[in-house]
Amino acid sequence: MVTAPAQRSVPGPADAGPPAEPLLLALRAGDQTAFAGVVTSWAPSMLRLARGHVSTDASAQEVLQETWLAVVQGLDGFQGRSALRTWVFRILVNIAKTRGMRESRLTPVPAFADDHGPTVDPGRFRGPADAWRRHWTPQGAPRAWRDDPEQGVLRGEIRDLLGDALELLPSRQRSVVLLRDVEGFTADEVSSALGVSQGNQRVLLHRGRAKIRAALETYYLKDAQA
Amino acid sequence: MNLDDCQDVVELVSDYLEGALHPDVARAFEAHLSDCRGCATYLEQVRSTVALLGRTREATSGLPPETLQGLLTAFAAVRPNRARS
Repeated sequence: MVTAPAQRSVPGPADAGPPAEPLLLALRAGDQTAFAGVVTSWAPSMLRLARGHVSTDASAQEVLQETWLAVVQGLDGFQGRSALRTWVFRILVNIAKTRGMRESRLTPVPAFADDHGPTVDPGRFRGPADAWRRHWTPQGAPRAWRDDPEQGVLRGEIRDLLGDALELLPSRQRSVVLLRDVEGFTADEVSSALGVSQGNQRVLLHRGRAKIRAALETYYLKDAQA
Repeated sequence: MNLDDCQDVVELVSDYLEGALHPDVARAFEAHLSDCRGCATYLEQVRSTVALLGRTREATSGLPPETLQGLLTAFAAVRPNRARS
């Protein structure tokens, strides 16, 4: 049984892409309400991402403004091959990075980018001569965290710890973890926004998460001893 | 296939959570975890890490009204309002 698709775009040039999003159409038509709405609702996410690259909240605000100005100028040229949001965030990342590099003397130096190597301290595993080689040692094995992190109020201490841990990540790992795990972007959106392959995005996510898990572990272990 | 070594298993955790492991590898991964409390705990902790990161999502200090107004002005200058009300 053949059913027609719910919406069929008018055939156009071979690479016309999907029909334009309603939001894109509204912005192109100069719809002020739509523009105010999207600027406001995306602001927290955009500020968080910008803040990961620049040294002050004020800088992050300026990055956000520059981004929207670039978007407004570029709306006609945007071909809709990615979602509008992905495109906007891609611009944001580029502007934030450029600005971040200019400000780099003012920021704490983040960890040297490490794209390979074990993400868990090899000292936590048994050595090659051991019968249970490459398994956890008794001291190295992870111990269950005392409370269920998903219940109860998110402690301010944990919120601060996560913020600090994110800030220490190499910049691309930080961007991926922020967009995926904090903001809830999909893998496709993040690959597209950051200009990295899916595989690369997974590696960055894996490495970033491993470091954050380790920071939480230190906290929970101290907590358990208190 | 067998995934015997914890040191290898911990490197597969994110791919497992993404559903990006080949089914045979995913099965071997789960088989390892069913016998290895350390790795099962590690996976749980990565899950918790992701959950906690998601919970930090809250309105950061938002946009000052002047900023929004400035952007609206710029927008109006570039794109006269042709929207139907």
